[in-house]
Amino acid sequence: MADALLLIALVGLPFIGAILAGLLPAHARDTASALAGGVTLICLTLVWMAYPGVSAGEILRAEIPWMPGQGLNLTLRMDGFAWLFAGMVSGIGALVVLYARYYMSEEDPVPRFFAFLLAFMGAMMGVVISGNLIQLAFFWELTSLFSFLLIGYWHHTAAARDGARMALTITGAGGLALFGGVLLIGHIVGSYDLDTVLTAGNLIREHALYLPALLLVAFGALTKSAQFPFHFWLPRAMAAPTPVSAYLHSATLVKAGVFLLARLWPVMAGTDAWTWIIGLAGLITMLVGAYIAIFQNDLKGLLAYSTISHLGLITLLLGLKSELALVAAVFHIINHAAFKCSLFMAAGIIDHETGTRDIRRLSGLNQTMPFTARLAGVAAAAMAGVPLLNGFLSKEMFFAEALSAQGEFSLLTILPVAAMAASAFSVAYSLRFIHGAFFGPPATDLPRSPHEPAGWMRFPVEILVLVCIMIGLLPAATVGPYLALAVRGVLGAEVPYYSLAVWHGFNLPLLMSVIALAGGVLLYRLLQGYLRSDADGPPLLRGVDAERIFERVMVFLSWRLARRLENIFGTRRLQPQLRLIVGIALFGGVSAVLWRGFGPGNLPATPMDPVLVLIWLVGAAFALGTAWQAKFHRLAAVILLGGVGLVVCLTFVWFSAPDLALTQLTVEVVTTVLLVLGLRWLPQRRKVPGERGLDVLSLRRRLRDLTLAIGSGAGLAALSYAVMTRTPPELLAQHFLERAYTEGGGTNVVNVILVDFRGFDTLGEIFVVAAVALTTYALLRRFRPAPDSVEVPEQQRDQGDGALHGDATTPTADWLLVPFTLSRLLFPVMLIVAVFLLLRGHDLPGGGFSAGMIVAIAILLMYMIGGTDWTEDHLHMLRPQRWLGFGLLLAAGTGLAAWIFGRPFLTTYFAYAELPIIGKIPMASALIFDIGVFALVVGATLLMLVALAHQSVRGQRAAERATGDR
Amino acid sequence: MELIASLAIGVLAGSGVWLLLRARTFQVIVGLALLSYAVNLFIFSTGGLRSGAAAILRAGESGSLANYADPLPQALVLTAIVIGFATTALLLVVLLAARGLTGSDHVDGRERDR
Repeated sequence: MADALLLIALVGLPFIGAILAGLLPAHARDTASALAGGVTLICLTLVWMAYPGVSAGEILRAEIPWMPGQGLNLTLRMDGFAWLFAGMVSGIGALVVLYARYYMSEEDPVPRFFAFLLAFMGAMMGVVISGNLIQLAFFWELTSLFSFLLIGYWHHTAAARDGARMALTITGAGGLALFGGVLLIGHIVGSYDLDTVLTAGNLIREHALYLPALLLVAFGALTKSAQFPFHFWLPRAMAAPTPVSAYLHSATLVKAGVFLLARLWPVMAGTDAWTWIIGLAGLITMLVGAYIAIFQNDLKGLLAYSTISHLGLITLLLGLKSELALVAAVFHIINHAAFKCSLFMAAGIIDHETGTRDIRRLSGLNQTMPFTARLAGVAAAAMAGVPLLNGFLSKEMFFAEALSAQGEFSLLTILPVAAMAASAFSVAYSLRFIHGAFFGPPATDLPRSPHEPAGWMRFPVEILVLVCIMIGLLPAATVGPYLALAVRGVLGAEVPYYSLAVWHGFNLPLLMSVIALAGGVLLYRLLQGYLRSDADGPPLLRGVDAERIFERVMVFLSWRLARRLENIFGTRRLQPQLRLIVGIALFGGVSAVLWRGFGPGNLPATPMDPVLVLIWLVGAAFALGTAWQAKFHRLAAVILLGGVGLVVCLTFVWFSAPDLALTQLTVEVVTTVLLVLGLRWLPQRRKVPGERGLDVLSLRRRLRDLTLAIGSGAGLAALSYAVMTRTPPELLAQHFLERAYTEGGGTNVVNVILVDFRGFDTLGEIFVVAAVALTTYALLRRFRPAPDSVEVPEQQRDQGDGALHGDATTPTADWLLVPFTLSRLLFPVMLIVAVFLLLRGHDLPGGGFSAGMIVAIAILLMYMIGGTDWTEDHLHMLRPQRWLGFGLLLAAGTGLAAWIFGRPFLTTYFAYAELPIIGKIPMASALIFDIGVFALVVGATLLMLVALAHQSVRGQRAAERATGDR
Repeated sequence: MELIASLAIGVLAGSGVWLLLRARTFQVIVGLALLSYAVNLFIFSTGGLRSGAAAILRAGESGSLANYADPLPQALVLTAIVIGFATTALLLVVLLAARGLTGSDHVDGRERDR
């Protein structure tokens, strides 16, 4: 239990710290540093507390069930190898935090920096102590994401943005591949649990899917560890603040790749494919990286390529088939973390104190920064593999492996030579780093006058250099137990024999070391002239730039290809899109018919009624007329459309649907008014006499549309016929019919379904109506009519000025005196009809929708005949927004009220009440809900129509103002 | 009877689709209205066309499909009618605003380049 807590805290604390740091004010540099330092130190302590258990051979575990059925739990697992990495992540993390406190300027938003750093640390911790492969891939992606944020921390510079984007693109793509690889492994093994996977080595290696899984995992690991040909993102990531580079590129981010390779080494390595892919990538990276590093003029660039090269060395070792090579790889992971981190910090100190990192400008810093110079010198010597330092030891092991591996595999015959060459390059660039920056005459043109940094800023470097020396002098006593622990974590019980000693006697590896050292010094001397000549980039490889190739590919993919595809497949025009949609729907229907066959159903057709035939002859004529007239005679089209609506309404009556007929009728009225109100703002469209007929192009277009229209119509007709001649499914209908009265308390089944059984749907629907009404209102508030629609229409001008709007001397009521009087008389009657329909809705045709529509129609009638001003002066209840809000609250409140009685949302209660005169009326809570619907429909309809109608008033006032100004 | 109803649906849908593909916004609105009539009738017809079936239950009893019209498609269509009205209103206002902004009542906001 304590172990479980410890592991959870190890992953959780950094994220909590990150959130806290993110909440700090932007200038709280010291608080944020203290917080980050505290978190990292606690993590380090926790790692240390885990040591007794881990060193005794235990594997610490924590498991939080998530989806146990799918084999997905949050599983944390710490063995020796994970412990070593957790130690590096938290230990170097603590040093980097201390360093960053002094490195970061107070002008930067430092809390954000520490928030990212801590979150990255948590993600990295998650990678190394994940006990589940999918979870590992998840944390892997998190590291990509947070490294993106860290690299792009100074997002005001283009270099940081580009570098961050490139790192994310490459490592993100790698993460995706890794995820695929992990899924394949899980498929092969049957479990994602790391313990299970690690025991299934033979199963994995002999499976048919081994190669795809290997390729995907390798792609993930190689991109993360910046291996050739994906290495170029790492130098670009140097745009990050130096503490980030020191952390990401020494101990964490790039080490995640080799961590994964080592983690899966027992189950995936050992095949020829593994050696070819991993070993070859490592070999090429090691050589090319070291070679390019010599010619870098930027201190951090040099270190970046050197990092690539050293990671190549580790990858190469992991690619070999020998267990001793694995030991060497793990050992070099530790050593590289120590010396590379200190060198990055040293480079950062130089940059911080002098203002430049250009080796050509720097010179003679030994005199002004003697202490830093010595520290950097020792670290660089460790990087070069000078004896008595840690780099020497792992390099010796590497040489020994290079020698013993040859002959076994054709690729490896050149290995000793390649190893020596890379080592010599390494000596050369280490020399360049030290010699270029610290020796020679003091530089005169530096941006700042150099001096030693603050003591605490140098402190992490001192610690790390001390580690380099201690390991170099007393390897068995210092790093020995931990190395053995980590190797045991990877390999399980069988740890090969290896010797950690400074002196192994005169042997071939020692000779190779001497040759490499001498060769490196010689190479550096020979290259002096070239390096001073301001030449840009390394000779031979100058033309080959992986970064440029990558950028070309990205430009092609994300811009040119996308553009070309958009030109081919995309359009911004509506008509082709609609044509495509209709076409696809038609195609889908037709192909379904071709596939499954088609024919009329089994039911005998009912006899035709001549009256209905006649009604629909009229209806079809109206529909075709609407289609015909909608372009040039809009008013005629609106009238014909209304006719179609009436025919539909009659059809509903005919086929026993009184509720539908009622709703259709009222909606028809309102829709017609709405469309007529809109007509005024549309441009006049007249057939110009003598205009040329249709050209060929538009004729063809029309033919195509006509085909689509006839096809759709015929298809839908055939479909409806097939549906209607089949026995309809009864299940639901029967259910509702049986329960409408016994459980819903109403005899109007349709209404009971709407307000009771499916009340939740209705609630959603009225919310939609309310949203639409408010949107319409909002759009119309900022409505600007087209210039040619602003003037008063000629019909109104003919009637005399100000006929239809408020500020005129003659109100509309005077023009339409008789209808006005009649409609005033009718108004209360209409309201009573509405209330009647509303109250009886539960038992007889009616209900909230139709009642609401009728009230809206009554008010509209007053608007049209009495004029806007008269209506708004006399009807004070006209506040559509209030109706709307009241309706929504009432409907939702009725639903919520059921909760008070401990029932689910929208449960209905009903009883029948005896009222004098009126008689027995149903008192279902559904009625209250229906009243809500009613109020909302009134409010929404009025809001839309009145807002639209007011435009005329507003528009004319504006026009009058405009003419008045003239 | 079924034949009439399905032909009616076909004519409504065909006219609607024709208008939907036209270039003027007003035509598109009217087309959508016609199309929604067709679709409403279609949904309604899935319950079977029955003239003279009772729509209202006799008080105190539970009904069955043998004597009563299918209420479910009716409830669906009733909802569809109201929503159809709302979307027509929204579309109308959007097209008016677009016409005000672009000065054109073409569906793309500008006349087609010939």
